[in-house]
Amino acid sequence: MAGKIMNKKHFLNHVAGQLGRERIMDTVERPEWKHQPQWNVLKDASQDELVDILKEQCKSIHTEVLETNKEQLSSTIQDMIKDNGGGQVVTWDDPRFQDFQVNLETQEDLNIHVWDPRLGDENIRITEQANLGITFSDITLAESGTVVLFSDAGKGRSVSLLPSTYIAIIPKNTIVPRMTQAAEMIEEKVANGEQVASCVNFISGPSNSADIEMNLIVGVHGPIKATYIIVDD
Amino acid sequence: MSMKIGAEKFDERVQEGLSDTFMRGAVSSAQTRFRNGRLNAAEELGGWEEWRNLGEEIRTHTLENIDYYLDLLSEKVAERGGHVYFAQTAEEANNYITNVVKKKEAKKIAKSKSMVSEEIGLNDALKDIGAEVVETDLGEWILQNDDVDPPSHIVTPALHKNREQIREVFHDKLGYSKTDKPEELALFAREKLREEFLDADIGITGCNFAVADTGTVTLVTNEGNARMVTSLPDTQITVMGMERVAPTWNDMEVLVSLLTRAAVGQKLTSYITSLTGVKEEDDVDGPEEFHLVIVDNGRSKILGTEFQSALHCIRCAACINVCPVYRHIGGHAYGSIYPGPIGAVLTPLLGGYEDHKELPYASSLCGACTEACPVKIPLHELLIRHREKIVEEKGEAPVFENISMKAFGMGTASPTMYNIGTKLAPKVMKPMVKDEVISKGVGPLKSWTTARDFPAPGKQRFRDWYKKRQREES
Repeated sequence: MAGKIMNKKHFLNHVAGQLGRERIMDTVERPEWKHQPQWNVLKDASQDELVDILKEQCKSIHTEVLETNKEQLSSTIQDMIKDNGGGQVVTWDDPRFQDFQVNLETQEDLNIHVWDPRLGDENIRITEQANLGITFSDITLAESGTVVLFSDAGKGRSVSLLPSTYIAIIPKNTIVPRMTQAAEMIEEKVANGEQVASCVNFISGPSNSADIEMNLIVGVHGPIKATYIIVDD
Repeated sequence: MSMKIGAEKFDERVQEGLSDTFMRGAVSSAQTRFRNGRLNAAEELGGWEEWRNLGEEIRTHTLENIDYYLDLLSEKVAERGGHVYFAQTAEEANNYITNVVKKKEAKKIAKSKSMVSEEIGLNDALKDIGAEVVETDLGEWILQNDDVDPPSHIVTPALHKNREQIREVFHDKLGYSKTDKPEELALFAREKLREEFLDADIGITGCNFAVADTGTVTLVTNEGNARMVTSLPDTQITVMGMERVAPTWNDMEVLVSLLTRAAVGQKLTSYITSLTGVKEEDDVDGPEEFHLVIVDNGRSKILGTEFQSALHCIRCAACINVCPVYRHIGGHAYGSIYPGPIGAVLTPLLGGYEDHKELPYASSLCGACTEACPVKIPLHELLIRHREKIVEEKGEAPVFENISMKAFGMGTASPTMYNIGTKLAPKVMKPMVKDEVISKGVGPLKSWTTARDFPAPGKQRFRDWYKKRQREES
């Protein structure tokens, strides 16, 4: 259902008046910017070079990186869970777990909750108590060590936020140079009539703060630890 | 709180800042770290001037067409189920928001950092209707618990406090019993605030950039509190200054890249969160109800004037982090929630010269701010323009400047007076000179020398030296 817009006409007429003209009623063409340095960053880097840049950047954002292949992914994740003390694990309901032959739910020694929209707020209650949250990355930015997550019914926002440790699975082909490419992909989707997800998260490592005497504290409201697993696909 | 903080006079606030040794140490080390971070990040990126030019281009175009982009933004938000309220004044904004809170019968409100909400005094308005507001940014939470101490920096609001003071606040107000280690203090905040997030009926956020073509609000944070505030409560209210709009995701991306580098030297902060409308039908977390409040509160007065570029500001604080005046007097001395060079430009525009006429003079006009600005706002030139206007409109230059300029005018108006004056200067000033400088002046010199030394007049005048040299040569 569409929302309401209140007090617009008066407000915008006044703004236009201050600019010494009438309200703009036609479409404004956004000009081609004279300067566009953003497209030159890592322009010629190969996919392997992007992986190296991503790994290097993760050193400065307190994020551990593991590399594995499709065959090893399931056991790599299980080892990760055990290394982090096990406990409650929450994952997205994402077809990519099937595509990559990751079947965590069938493992009897693991306590896995798969995000299920039919359970409503119960998902949040479980996730809030969870030790680990696991999601795939939808787009990955090499320059800043960022995983980009689009929310959806099976892809709750809380999975990457509430547990103490966050694990992102990064298929190698999701890696692009920087945020420039991600923004362009989103604009292309919109131009094709698709809706942008209600929440797009650009996540670069664990939460942190420097609010106390400029000391970096890793782990404030969000995860205290973040790990990326890059999968060669 | 509103934009104006404290009731003391400018001079008193400055003296208070100058005598706060911890604050001055904290500010200078923070400035150095922020500044180095920005320079390193810019160098690593390469072509920083090109980036600044692009930032300026985007901001100039957006502000010139701001009515169009705000219209588009509001239509797109509404398409995705959000309500949009255009508030011309602080009062209108607060009334709208308190009405939403009353209608929802909300008891607890969790808030992530928002300068514009400080500016309009939103927390007081909410308190007046009996709602409990919890600031969830670590720095803001510290200040709120310390009887609402005002922020002194727009990125790290509690910069003026040390760990002992923070421990004391937590101990006295919240029953904290551990040490003053930053990690322990932060862990305590994490535990306390977790409960608040889960308990809150409404989340309130600010807005770094709003993308017009999709109706998307983007929040730039490190702690994760803005994500909590927009994921857990059923209702989200976002308050934005009307100039925060960006045409597309491509433009928002560039502005975010400039912001995170210029503010803290990071390539991106831990969380860049882009939110569009209400949650979708099958989504579990995210708000069912979303309100975007677009605030003018004096900004439109700046449009169409020579100060329009002040609205290009992306609130990175790079100008604050290089300002030699801020370094010595700290944030509170400005008497505004917007300190430093951008604060000295913006505060008089939003709040009027009457209360803030000293601020354009709180600058050495060294131009470091202009050089640091990622969107190329000519800050020191705008400060000069303010001074000109204060003199033109009000005839209100500082007294020292009036007297000394009059004396200078008299002295330089006739050749005889000039000749006598320059010849006498070394003799007249001799009693005040020590080690080639005057540090304790009298009369009109006094105001100058309370803040810095005045060089002693040369023993020989340039004209005499020149004449002598010519004689020697011929």
